[in-house]
Amino acid sequence: MKPYISALRVRYLNGLQYRAAALGGLTTQLFWGLMRIFLYNAFYKSGGQPPTMNFPELVSYIWLQQAFLAIIMLYDWDYELFDMITSGNISYELCRPCNLYGFWYVKLLSKRLASATLRFSPIILISLLLPTPYRLTLPHNIMSLLLFLVTMLLGSLLLVAISMLIYISVFKTMSPVGSMAFFGILGEFFSGMLIPIPLMPEWLQRICYIMPFRWTSDLPFRIYSGNISVSQGLMSIGVQILWIFVLVSMGLAMMKRITKRIVIQGG
Amino acid sequence: MGLYLRYIRLLLKSQLQYRASFAMTVLTQFLTPFAAFFGIYLLFERFGSIEGWTVYEVFLCFAIIGASFSTSTCIARGFDVFPNMIKNAGFDRFLVRPRGTIIQVLGSGFDIKRIGHLIQAIIVLIIAISGVKISWNIIKIFTLVNMIIGGACIFSGVYMLQAALAFWTVEGLEIANILTNGVREYASYPLDIFPKWITRFFTFIIPFSLVNYLPLKALLGHYSEHLIFYMLLPLVGILFIFPCILAWNFGVKHYCSTGS
Amino acid sequence: MITVKGLCKTFKVAKRSAGTKAAFKALFKREYDEIEALREVSFNIKAGEVVGYIGPNGAGKSTTIKIMTGILVPDSGSCEILGRIPWKDRIAHVKDIGVVFGQRSQLMWDIPVIDSFELLRDIYRVSDHQYRMNLDKLTDILDLTQILYTPVRQLSLGQRMRCEIAASLLHSPKILFLDEPTIGLDAVSKIAVRKFIKDINKENGVTVILTTHDMGDVEALTDRVLLIGKGQILFDGSFKKLKSRYNTYSILTVDHSGDGSISDMQNIEILSNINGRIVLQVDTSHRTVSSVIRQLSDSLEIRDISVESRPIEEIIAALYKEYRI
Repeated sequence: MKPYISALRVRYLNGLQYRAAALGGLTTQLFWGLMRIFLYNAFYKSGGQPPTMNFPELVSYIWLQQAFLAIIMLYDWDYELFDMITSGNISYELCRPCNLYGFWYVKLLSKRLASATLRFSPIILISLLLPTPYRLTLPHNIMSLLLFLVTMLLGSLLLVAISMLIYISVFKTMSPVGSMAFFGILGEFFSGMLIPIPLMPEWLQRICYIMPFRWTSDLPFRIYSGNISVSQGLMSIGVQILWIFVLVSMGLAMMKRITKRIVIQGG
Repeated sequence: MGLYLRYIRLLLKSQLQYRASFAMTVLTQFLTPFAAFFGIYLLFERFGSIEGWTVYEVFLCFAIIGASFSTSTCIARGFDVFPNMIKNAGFDRFLVRPRGTIIQVLGSGFDIKRIGHLIQAIIVLIIAISGVKISWNIIKIFTLVNMIIGGACIFSGVYMLQAALAFWTVEGLEIANILTNGVREYASYPLDIFPKWITRFFTFIIPFSLVNYLPLKALLGHYSEHLIFYMLLPLVGILFIFPCILAWNFGVKHYCSTGS
Repeated sequence: MITVKGLCKTFKVAKRSAGTKAAFKALFKREYDEIEALREVSFNIKAGEVVGYIGPNGAGKSTTIKIMTGILVPDSGSCEILGRIPWKDRIAHVKDIGVVFGQRSQLMWDIPVIDSFELLRDIYRVSDHQYRMNLDKLTDILDLTQILYTPVRQLSLGQRMRCEIAASLLHSPKILFLDEPTIGLDAVSKIAVRKFIKDINKENGVTVILTTHDMGDVEALTDRVLLIGKGQILFDGSFKKLKSRYNTYSILTVDHSGDGSISDMQNIEILSNINGRIVLQVDTSHRTVSSVIRQLSDSLEIRDISVESRPIEEIIAALYKEYRI
């Protein structure tokens, strides 16, 4: 456990060094959130079929997306891992006394958590202080907040499990761009980051629920605002755990096969 | 000019070396804005309209911005990746050559893969033109073309400014993303759906509204007079490049006095 | 043709300290260190010279080169090359110089070498006739015929280096700046590159300024050495003079028949004495090697002798030590 915590700490400190980058990134995210809210505000005012999510809930949805972007955005570019995969040069990694899947999993997870830890508090703070109707509302109740945190944590575990499968796929495709960009768009769409899922037509929403993506972001954010009730939320935890189990098992099995092949073939 | 063409030829040759990766990237370049386009379609399916604008009108706006953006990211790619070059101290190589730095930076990155995005924009343009109610004449056609050119010039200018900033700091440039990807995403909608101060920013600071919003209204018949004025207005985008060049030269001077 | 006088340059580098507290502090206030890279650096170089510019890392070598190539503007002092001020007349100045950065490539990675050459021809506006002549000659001397049509990424380091040097000479520059040109090269390539540089200097009168840590380069190529340390020129003279000052000992390897022992000898240190081979270090400031050999031959039946001077790396290290750099 200790090496993982120290890895997290190093990344956090590294992040603090680049204060201009931090400020720039923060401003960009605030801009994005604000523009999205303006856009949907204009849409909501235009009538049409009312969505199952009211405007304050949508605003919370958008701000939470920005605050936790590092955790929920599937698109990620780890040069080190891609380099190792495309060159087959994982010999150093295999010499470590850790399971390769586990080691990479923790690396990706800690990167995201460190990034998110740096970013979320200023965004949450600022969005709480904005004038209505643009402000982040407080959680629906205490249970919602707790459930939000639990499903958020499970969601991040799930997302990294998906991400691991993408990296593993690069062993086959040998194209980081191909694998990551393609699944990046897919993940972005089906997790509600392009269009909030409650705004999609019914048939498309049902497709989203079958896929693993929305269980990382759409679920916890709607629990936060009360759009998804606590009882529904508790059941969803089961689905998250199931997905995590399935995807991690797949990842472990695939990784095992791949490392065996590489060790036999000699890298 | 001849030098620039030679640069392009060599870059094309170099990029086409990796055919599989090339095809994959072009596809991704197509799919990403396509997903955005699909998203707009879905929103209109639910909401019907936005502040009085219909779906085809927004498609038109989206396509024009898409064409401008993809053209500029193709041509100005060298400036887009310039912060990396500063980090690796690669800029010295340009200073040691008897040519201007701007032509060399332009020549360092012509990204033909962006054509995926351009194709998508053209397809949406065709869809939009087929569905929107415009009485086309020669002035309106030129207005459309100028909008694309003007937009491409402004985007390219922004990339140049972003690159010039890299002479001072390689961090914190993420904020320029607002003016490139941010504009691409949100100016895909007619600007008046946003609060007034946003339209004002995009008139006086980065003149997008002159290049995109006002001529769009002219295309869609919101103005009955001075149509030639609106046809020429987007060319303001070309003027925008001049202060960007000044900023760049200032940056080069700074680099030469402080080293890397 | 190169006149450098009183160059001074100071850099401000942001302080980055370790630890959590310092990192938080840095968020609010940035502190800077001032580094004096050059302190009144002056020297002259005549046309056709081959000069080795040596010194430890951080001594100011690359700063001086950057100023001479026109990339950097000094805080004070003057520099005149071929009648021009490098950073003022950049484009005109740069036409007459060629630069090879040992570790950074100027050739495009994925396309054949010849394409990069043609690009350089266009950039430098070399006439077709001149280009053909230079290309043929360079291809011949550097043995490039096999590799001209290969993409750079498929070349070995030695082949790439030869192409880089050729690329820097396509426009017939009068001065060639070489920064670590033989780094990472195998022995054969090193010799080839060194021979080529010497030839180009003799035949075309190209002035060569060589920055390197490889003393073999310096020894093989340069007549004159400029040593810089902590921003100042500490030595400006011939390489021979430098060596002789620090060449305080020689290594003597003697193979003998195995009988006889050596008597106590003055001013020597026996490094090893095994199986009929003695290796001795002779303090040449107090004794000549020939006197040692004479003394040895009195007591041993000598089969073979070899004499080596002090390794050049050690000489340089002693030099740095003396100047405290």
